[in-house]
Amino acid sequence: MPQNEYIEKSIKQHGRRLDHDERKRKREARQVHKDSQFAQKIHGLKAKIHNKKRHSEKIQMKKTIKMHEEKNANQKTGDAVPEGAVPAYLLDREGQQRAKILSNMIKQKRKEKAGKWDVPLPKVRGIAEDETFRVIKTGKRKSKSWKRMVTKATFIGEGFTRKPPKYERFIRPMALRYKKANVTHPELKATFQLPIISVKKNPQSPMYTQLGVLTKGTIIEVNVSELGLVTTGGKVVWGKYAQITNNPENDGCINAVLLV
Amino acid sequence: MDVQEHENENGEENTEMILTQFQTAEGEATGPVLGIPTNSTPEQLRLIINNLLENDEDLPYSFYIDGEEVSGTLQADVLKNTARSTEDKLVIVYQPQALFRVRAVTRCTSSMPGHTEAVLSVSFSPDGSQLASGSGDTTVRIWDLNTETPQFTCKGHTNWVLYIAWSPDGKTLASGGMDNTVRLWDPKTGKQLGKPLNGHRKWITCLAWEPLHINPKANRLASSSKDGTVRVWDTSLRHCLFSVGGHTAAVTCVCWGGDGNLYTGSQDKTIKVWNGEGKLIKTLAGHSHWVNTLAISSSFVLRTGAYDHTGKHYDHAEEAQARALERFNEATNNRSERLVSGSDDYTMYLWDPKNSKRPVARMTGHQKLVNHVSFSPDGRYIASASFDNSVKLWDGYTGKFITSLRGHVSPVYQVCWSSDSRLLVSSSKDSTLKVWEVRTRKLKLDLPGHLDEVFSVDWSPGGDKVASGGKDRVLKIWRN
Repeated sequence: MPQNEYIEKSIKQHGRRLDHDERKRKREARQVHKDSQFAQKIHGLKAKIHNKKRHSEKIQMKKTIKMHEEKNANQKTGDAVPEGAVPAYLLDREGQQRAKILSNMIKQKRKEKAGKWDVPLPKVRGIAEDETFRVIKTGKRKSKSWKRMVTKATFIGEGFTRKPPKYERFIRPMALRYKKANVTHPELKATFQLPIISVKKNPQSPMYTQLGVLTKGTIIEVNVSELGLVTTGGKVVWGKYAQITNNPENDGCINAVLLV
Repeated sequence: MDVQEHENENGEENTEMILTQFQTAEGEATGPVLGIPTNSTPEQLRLIINNLLENDEDLPYSFYIDGEEVSGTLQADVLKNTARSTEDKLVIVYQPQALFRVRAVTRCTSSMPGHTEAVLSVSFSPDGSQLASGSGDTTVRIWDLNTETPQFTCKGHTNWVLYIAWSPDGKTLASGGMDNTVRLWDPKTGKQLGKPLNGHRKWITCLAWEPLHINPKANRLASSSKDGTVRVWDTSLRHCLFSVGGHTAAVTCVCWGGDGNLYTGSQDKTIKVWNGEGKLIKTLAGHSHWVNTLAISSSFVLRTGAYDHTGKHYDHAEEAQARALERFNEATNNRSERLVSGSDDYTMYLWDPKNSKRPVARMTGHQKLVNHVSFSPDGRYIASASFDNSVKLWDGYTGKFITSLRGHVSPVYQVCWSSDSRLLVSSSKDSTLKVWEVRTRKLKLDLPGHLDEVFSVDWSPGGDKVASGGKDRVLKIWRN
């Protein structure tokens, strides 16, 4: 251990070597190559630790670069015109409202071109029948096994009455029935709890659609009347489609994203 | 009286007679008490009144009994509904109607894209020959109405253009913006006139020109601002004449009355009346929340100045002034102007600012704030647009509630009258315009087409076109 600040003292007294800056620059330039060689050579636990460190370093670096870029950009467009112009009579009321889609023509056209199946979750995991349905053995000797219990969340419309046990092929348990979904409006970035109207399509199979099974990727129809959306004809929209984004049977709630 | 004899002859064949007295809207009796058959229709009443007044031409009139318009026969309308016998004397109030008739707009003739941001303000020139729009893309655009194409793009503002107003002689267009300036434009060339008028410290909320019959040069402009002041500018010298700062909160609305007074409504809940030199005359207090909007009964005449439905132009300022004065006197009929104010406290007040500090009437009924009020061009009705999705009609003289026009499914932003006072158009957040008929008090037409909220609507003074603009950045022109 050095006993005093003798290096600093020496620098103060005699100055640095004449080629100090040159050497420093070269060392720094060489350092990246050295690091890279090191990273390629190591293996095992050391490599893991090193990679983790580099990973977090890189994140930090990217963040700082981005911050600098933002700072520069702000300086350039400091007096830019803000978007979303409103007339004078709405200027003092902006906080109260702004729950509205901006449905301009370009968006409309793009949507039409893209076709029907342009949904937030285009692919879903296949779910086998034995995962969804549990076989229930019936009969005095429990020898019959034609009855199934649905093990996924379901939506069942209002006024549904169960069939007599003799004829009930699919049991949809009360505990897994849902009436409401937490629907996120992608443009407003706001979430609303809305009542489900129907299950439009379960991509797994048409039978699931019929049974009202709610799995990830299912298209449901929700009641959006409380959002106050309006058609171009000036009518209030009340039913709109949404796609389920979580696995309801795992989470105990239904999260969905509105299809606009 | 040959009319009476004629009527009596008819009456002898098995119809009942009723004694009637004709009255003007001001309450003056016209002609003697007449015996009239109870099955007379408004057309027959019109013949009688034209005869009584010795009019050369057959002029249109509408007839009211107890404030209710007569549409069928006297028998069907009045005697059945009210407990009145044929023995009573019936007072029939007659009111002249506009000589011309505006046909309701029914279709969109053009959607004019061009603005790259929401259209915030739309206005026809006083003679109806040009159309201007102010937008959130910082430009004012002037449109050619014959070909329905863009004519000029006026660039200059550095922020949203919130309000535009034509001078009553149609030679200048003023625009006020979020950038705290007022700018003047020449509608013939689309060039800015001089430098921007600086002075306000916050954005401009409203503009008003001095009426033509007071100032034939039309070079005085009042601008109200969020900073709580109102400035009056000389637009030929382009400097501020004076600034009035009596309000303690943002001024939302300014109106220049026909007698030269300036009316300002503010978020400090008061309406103040200033004379033409900026001296405070009156403070009208009554509202318990922000005053959002003001309208004076002669606003249509003041806006159009010397131009009427005949489309005549005047070369000399004096001629135009004389005509404007004549039109103003005709419209006000030597009665003082009335002022109506709409507020955030869900009510409206009707004022007679010349004679009294007290309101004439308090108009309640809206369930949300009143965003816009408008007098009909003949001053007989008031229409109010509210955020409770309804438009309400009120009597322009007494402030009595007439009817509620329901149909919009979102807040109604603006209302605009046709120049014959028979039709009304409203623009709403629900992306539609709706045309209402005053006589039947019903929805006449629904005009869908906008893709988003409609912020502004204007009916041309000639009555043949309606222009609307909104958040979908398109300016639409509607015709019949």
